[in-house]
Amino acid sequence: MIDQSLLELSKQLHLKQISSVELTQYCLQQMQAHQHLNAFISIDEEGALKEAQKADVLLQRSQGSLLTGIPMVVKDNLCTLNMPTTCASKMLADYHSPIEATAVSRLKALGAFTIAKTNLDEFAMGSTTENSFFGPTKNPWDVTLVPGGSSGGSAAAVAARLAPFALGSDTGGSIRQPAAFCGISGIKPTYGLVSRWGLVAYASSLDQAGPIAKSAEDLAVLLQGMIGFDSKDSTSVHGKTVDYLMELTKPLQGYKVGLPTSFFQKGLDKDIQVAVVKACDAFKQLGMEIVEVDLSLYPLWVPTYYVIACAEASSNLSRYDGIRYGHRSKHQQTLKELITHSRSEGFGKEVQRRILTGTHVLSSGYYDAYYLQALKIRKLIQDELLQVLEQVDVIIGPTTATIATALGQEQNNPVASYLQDVYTVAANLAGLPALSIPTGFKDGLPIGLQLMGRHFQDALLLAMAHQYQNLTNWHQISPMPTGDL
Amino acid sequence: MNWDITIGLEVHVQLMTQSKLFSAAATTFGSAPNEQTSFVDAGLPGVLPVLNAEVVTMAIKFGLAINAQINRQSIFERKHYFYPDLPKGYQISQFQQPIVEHGFVDVCIDDGSLKQVAIVRAHLEEDAGKSLHEQQPQYTGIDLNRSGNPLLEIVTAPCLTSSEEAVAYLKTLHQLVRFLKICDGNMQEGSFRCDVNFSVKPKGSSQLGTRTEIKNLNSFKFIEQAIAYEYERHTELLELGQKIIQETRLYNPDTQCTYVMREKEDAQDYRYAPDPDLLPLDISEEQIQAVSELMPTLPAQIKQELATLSEITDEDIRFILSTPCTYDYFRKASHYSQSDAKQILNWLKGYVSSLLNEAQLTFAELPIKAPAFATVMNKLHEKSLSQNQAKIVLQKLWQGIPTVDEIIEQEGFNQKTDLDALTGLIKQTIAEFPEQHQEFLAGKDKLLSFFIGQVMKKTRGQGNPEEVLSLLNRMLRK
Repeated sequence: MIDQSLLELSKQLHLKQISSVELTQYCLQQMQAHQHLNAFISIDEEGALKEAQKADVLLQRSQGSLLTGIPMVVKDNLCTLNMPTTCASKMLADYHSPIEATAVSRLKALGAFTIAKTNLDEFAMGSTTENSFFGPTKNPWDVTLVPGGSSGGSAAAVAARLAPFALGSDTGGSIRQPAAFCGISGIKPTYGLVSRWGLVAYASSLDQAGPIAKSAEDLAVLLQGMIGFDSKDSTSVHGKTVDYLMELTKPLQGYKVGLPTSFFQKGLDKDIQVAVVKACDAFKQLGMEIVEVDLSLYPLWVPTYYVIACAEASSNLSRYDGIRYGHRSKHQQTLKELITHSRSEGFGKEVQRRILTGTHVLSSGYYDAYYLQALKIRKLIQDELLQVLEQVDVIIGPTTATIATALGQEQNNPVASYLQDVYTVAANLAGLPALSIPTGFKDGLPIGLQLMGRHFQDALLLAMAHQYQNLTNWHQISPMPTGDL
Repeated sequence: MNWDITIGLEVHVQLMTQSKLFSAAATTFGSAPNEQTSFVDAGLPGVLPVLNAEVVTMAIKFGLAINAQINRQSIFERKHYFYPDLPKGYQISQFQQPIVEHGFVDVCIDDGSLKQVAIVRAHLEEDAGKSLHEQQPQYTGIDLNRSGNPLLEIVTAPCLTSSEEAVAYLKTLHQLVRFLKICDGNMQEGSFRCDVNFSVKPKGSSQLGTRTEIKNLNSFKFIEQAIAYEYERHTELLELGQKIIQETRLYNPDTQCTYVMREKEDAQDYRYAPDPDLLPLDISEEQIQAVSELMPTLPAQIKQELATLSEITDEDIRFILSTPCTYDYFRKASHYSQSDAKQILNWLKGYVSSLLNEAQLTFAELPIKAPAFATVMNKLHEKSLSQNQAKIVLQKLWQGIPTVDEIIEQEGFNQKTDLDALTGLIKQTIAEFPEQHQEFLAGKDKLLSFFIGQVMKKTRGQGNPEEVLSLLNRMLRK
């Protein structure tokens, strides 16, 4: 039932060919039938059906909006009012937020409603969704593999056709990488386009919320609904008015695509490399020119990202002290123990690792050598990317160096896990928009293609992705047999 | 051994804005715990700070008033430490690039000399909440109403050399921020909090001694006492050959001693880092220009202007400048009145102040509007009202009768003295007391007041005393 695009789904609902209750029941059944994937932390069956009924009333009266009647699933680090917001952490396992994330509110304003919160790496720190207090999510293509992270639950849910679309967040690749591992589409918008109000902060200067769905067209519909200045977020921007849907079909003749030579390095799987080159051919067909470009600072991307991300994380997670909300230790005799025990008990190993690293790089005596240095390099990285993006309009490349890895593989080697982020972190460091779409398979597992563009050129990326998806059908292949209902 | 004192002062001034520095919650004092705590103030997951533009205007006003450099770009930084009344585990403050730097105030010391006190910086930061230890036996209550309140931290150079200088500076600063209307100066409520950095060194030495910090002093008297205590403590220890421990202390007004606030621990590393949720604060020339046009007249200039008025004493000036509202009222009253400043002052200092004191109100809440008051002063000046009558009019205005004319009408104060009637009354009175009349004519001049009293009794107090006096005089001697 949910193999259709969002626009088709919307049309069917408005034409009363299907009802929201039917659609929602279908999703809930699918979610039930695929519990082994462990994609969800909370499911609100009762609330979901109530919302669906309300939606059907509106649709009956022909009073619905674009997304009326369409259920969505939301990464559990985005605050919602109707279910806990746990961030997949023991620290917030029972936390009920009194605020709602703007990203969620904006889509609710278009008629969508939240039926479940999806699993993630704790506090969005990780690339496999194995760092979750609620256990790992499995990749729907092969349940012995990871779905990617940190938005693994959202990606798995969309790939397994359990929900029409999902919301995720991306700090160093957390939307794009699981989209790649799960064979679906996801976009990290230009920094500032989507309000961070209600997105539980990991690294404030890197975080962005974004949609995860089955096609670029779906992403365009959702992004349109999510963007826009929010006075509650000082880093939110007044974008120019864009119609992403209309821009999807804009002619791409003459646009230049940069392929960085440094991307094709030793760690990259050969089949992924071949797939990316093949994708370039498709863009040539669309009239685009492929140009070799050089990103010499590329080896600095990952270390710079981790210094900054850990520093900001250690700061943002200072508020979790067991005093006002969240986990409070029962084993404490002094104020100091109250705070330290609550935090040691409440946070998983990876989160503790990043807090310690972040605290270290901000400490007196180390600040200049690490954090300040990283800020300076970040500026250089951004400058280089912007320079290259003057010669070309878009930078293309693989989203990940490998296909989905096995569960348990990276647990003992966190640094190896960090190096997985090599292709994705640049967009966050520079605030540039970037998306991932499926581009083939290796050994039956999806390969992701990444497009990265200039600030506020999200529409161009979506247009390229959409027209690529007109020429290919990778995005239509799902691990699930279709037509259940 | 002779010692020099070195004092540097840090004053936390709570800015008089409607809402907090980074959230929309109200800043009023005295609400029930956590009633004025927004989700942003509580540091909930997912919240973000948004700068209150009004505080920037106030900081610029202060910078202009102290002839300081107003940085066209300043940065908000996070100062990290863990404490229950610090919800985010960090305080948003300004460290490397504060909004205001390198200013000064001229301070009048008691002996009449003028000292220029260097103000090294003034920066914006949010206040923490309060820990209430006494409310329950087994728990400490955390009240976050104060969390997020906007503070301007004003830091002097260590250039003060005595407690007299320190208190004089603080009083000057206190008056300045009230006249700038950026702070209500209420020390009881914590709107103006002083931290004293104190050290001594051998007389004439150029090397500063180890300093101690005495925090959260909220009365000028306590500051004087604390400094005196610290002087004794430091010099005693040093004279015994011991070292001063650099530490933070609090002052106990009951014992009149300072005591250590924190356990000896490693110096805190606050890990200052720029706050990525906030943009750099950019201030334009236009903005500064706009604020400078809104600047009120400052105490120093008011003093100069008043000093030119004849008969105004230093004490009068102190009275006028005691609160911004007193000055405002005096200024308005002077503006509407033709009588002289001294008369206005005497009435404000005297009768009006007594009315206010009895009702426990301030000039800000005075129910008598300045124009009405000015009218009364005018009528006094032109002698169409007597002193007693003026007092009655003021009382009636206080009670809410809107205009002076109405009251005069109601009370019959506008009846022109009926000279014939008065002459008749005086004739009667003189006839009633022939003995006293003779004695007066024989030279007992003070019997005049006896006769005035008798006549006034007959007029039921309504007679114009000056007229009665002159008429009586003539008629007695006829």
